[in-house]
Amino acid sequence: MNYSILIGGAAGQGMDTLAQLLTKSLKRYGYFVFKHSDYMSRVRGGHNFIQIRFSDKQVYTYEDKVDIIYALNEETIDLHKDRLKEEGIILADTAVSEYKDLLLLDLEGTAKVAGNPRAMTSVGMGVIIKLLGLESEEALKVIETTLKDTIVEVNKEAFSKGYEMVQSRFNLEKLQDERILIDGNTSVALGAAAAGCRYYCGYPMTPSTTVLSNMEKWSMDLGIFTEQVEDEVAALNMALGASYAGVRAMTGSSGGGIALMSEALSLAGIIETPVVIVNVQRPGPATGLPTRTEQADLRFVIHSGHGEFPKMVISLRSVEDAFYQTARAFNLAEKYQIPVILLSDQYLADGETAVEPFDFKNIAIERNLHEGKLPEGRYKRYLLTDNGVSPRIIPGKAEDKIILVDSDEHDEYGNITESAAVRKSMVDKRNKKGELLEVEIQEPWLIGEDKPDNLLVCWGSVYGPVKEAMEMLQEEGYSVGALIYGDIYPFPTKLLKENVSAAKKIIDIENNSTAQLDGLMREFALIKSDVRILKYDGRAFSVDELYKRLKEVVE
Amino acid sequence: MTCEYNLYDPSWCPGCGNYMIRKALKQALEELEIPPHMAVIVTGIGQAAKMPHYIGANGFNGLHGRALPPAIGIKLSNKELTVIAESGDGDTYGEGGNHFIHTIRRNVNIAHFVHDNQIYGLTKGQGSPTTAMGQVTTLQFDGVKVEPVKPLALSLTMGAGFVARGFSGDIPQLVELMKEAIQYKGYAHLDIFQPCVVWNKVNTFQWYKDRVYKLPDDYDYTDFNAAYEKSLEFGDKIPTGILYKVEKEIYEDRFQFIKEGPPLVDAVLNPMDAEKLMKDFY
Repeated sequence: MNYSILIGGAAGQGMDTLAQLLTKSLKRYGYFVFKHSDYMSRVRGGHNFIQIRFSDKQVYTYEDKVDIIYALNEETIDLHKDRLKEEGIILADTAVSEYKDLLLLDLEGTAKVAGNPRAMTSVGMGVIIKLLGLESEEALKVIETTLKDTIVEVNKEAFSKGYEMVQSRFNLEKLQDERILIDGNTSVALGAAAAGCRYYCGYPMTPSTTVLSNMEKWSMDLGIFTEQVEDEVAALNMALGASYAGVRAMTGSSGGGIALMSEALSLAGIIETPVVIVNVQRPGPATGLPTRTEQADLRFVIHSGHGEFPKMVISLRSVEDAFYQTARAFNLAEKYQIPVILLSDQYLADGETAVEPFDFKNIAIERNLHEGKLPEGRYKRYLLTDNGVSPRIIPGKAEDKIILVDSDEHDEYGNITESAAVRKSMVDKRNKKGELLEVEIQEPWLIGEDKPDNLLVCWGSVYGPVKEAMEMLQEEGYSVGALIYGDIYPFPTKLLKENVSAAKKIIDIENNSTAQLDGLMREFALIKSDVRILKYDGRAFSVDELYKRLKEVVE
Repeated sequence: MTCEYNLYDPSWCPGCGNYMIRKALKQALEELEIPPHMAVIVTGIGQAAKMPHYIGANGFNGLHGRALPPAIGIKLSNKELTVIAESGDGDTYGEGGNHFIHTIRRNVNIAHFVHDNQIYGLTKGQGSPTTAMGQVTTLQFDGVKVEPVKPLALSLTMGAGFVARGFSGDIPQLVELMKEAIQYKGYAHLDIFQPCVVWNKVNTFQWYKDRVYKLPDDYDYTDFNAAYEKSLEFGDKIPTGILYKVEKEIYEDRFQFIKEGPPLVDAVLNPMDAEKLMKDFY
């Protein structure tokens, strides 16, 4: 089973609250839910819509066809009526539309009777829950626990009145609910909190802001220092100070903010100070499309920061992956004393998904700080070792040791030098850590068939639609499998090489216009895709669209 | 307990005011009995910013213009450390101007020593944010065409609780000012005049010596208006000493867990502490 509800209207019509209540209710009724918001970069007006998809199986993406459209204005009907499934229903207030064949109800009038016309969306919610055939109790509980005390009663009343207005049309049942409902940014923040992050500062930038606001919310409780700082330059430089002092530190932004951080990223490289940075991508260049999605910063972050230094880039594939990889990033950053960049995007960041609860027992905190005795005499922060990693201690903890880090090229003590020999040995030292990373990296997930005829390759959040579209093709008998990259720089090549030999077609799927993953495959594995399915209109792939485009090319 | 450390010879030019500033800094730290491993000198880039290499304390020699952000990160992470940000006038008032303004707003408990020689040294003689209008430099051939920053007036009006000026030619006074700034609870701004013997032929040692005078003993440094007036005095006579000093709540104290708890760096990290956050998502 698989249903989708679309709610459309102008910004400021109460759509967000309704979608939040409805999504949470459907999760409580025991369904896997995925909520996807399509909103414009404005506070009032415009056309926004939210799609809520639910199923008895895990869903990570949205579909084009919908079962119910709740139109808060006429424009919603104009724009989306063709997406309605055959048995679908368009619900609207009588004032909204004069279209024929709609379920037109006096929603606003009913809300007035319930006590407040602004509770109209709750009337609509009652109608929808009833249409689905679900009992009202869970939804009422969600309203009670989510809304402000002063408006709970009127909304419950509005919901109940709406619930009474119609007959059930779909006969859904309540299932077992033991899941959490969470979006990508919150999962990143939760992963950081689990990893013992004690510093997160940033500057507001859509769509990364909610990582910061979540950390801020938990700040006092967990003792995490968070602040909105003057700019992204300060955010990363402060993080490096915090990390130097021994605190697990992270910052994040979107493309433009990450660009501002690139100088300090380079600093992290030469002072060998661990830090985690999340780039929640949105379409560029420059301001681009602030509230929309794209995967176009892969090359940018790999090459970000002047000079040569090792770094690691991990793309996040789902909300669970976002949680576990964020926690892992802190360990990697400290193990190799490097910056680790997490690549998310607006689609993953804002897409609320019902998933199994995260397993905090599975999170290990590995600081890799040097313990035990150090040699007498001055501490060498950049001691040349066989593998390039120097024993790291923090200031103020050893009476006879001072710690010096330097953005200039430096000797083992951290002192500025222009010696040609030292310069070369320090470059080699840093590069050796990059070689260790090549061993550390995780191969991509291989889903579907092993060594398939049609090998799909993708990275990050495209995982959701790729997985579903691939499964649809498998059901039709196609030989298809997919490599889903998480760790992406350094670039893992083992599974790719193993799978290409048997493949008749390599199909690269990305949310950008230049096939950046395909470029990495060519650079690091000398492998080129045969077909590229690219999307760069600021929107994520829907399952239907991707299925259709794949169907045209699979063998 | 000494910050003396003779591993490397400074790369400063003979006669540079930085030698005197280093001497004063070393003396101030020693007289305050701050052990070297508990002090951190955080700098940007420039001749002044090389200080961590020539003194025996912890050092973070970061990026040009960016001395203050890591200094704040360090202090918030370990409030037991004495954190001193130190850099030149170009670094602080030019490239780092935004951080300067917002650091004052925060009032983190750090000392900030600005080596102000009114010229760019390391990049060879270009005009700095404090170079006088009209002064000919190695880049501004027809003279500087913008007005200089007034650092003390700027920090005062932004709300700094400690504003002072020293001169590298008066070490005893400079030591006292540094000690006061380090001991002040909050952000302490100390602008230090120093001659650049190579690139600034206008603001020479003699130029400063002829102009600076100590604020009188009866000067009331809690009087904002008096301080503001003094901060603008920049002509034949230029005052040195503490222009302004008042008590203010420090930034760290606005975070209960930093104020009352152990330093953040000593927190025992346990993933299970965060598990309870998940309850909001069921």
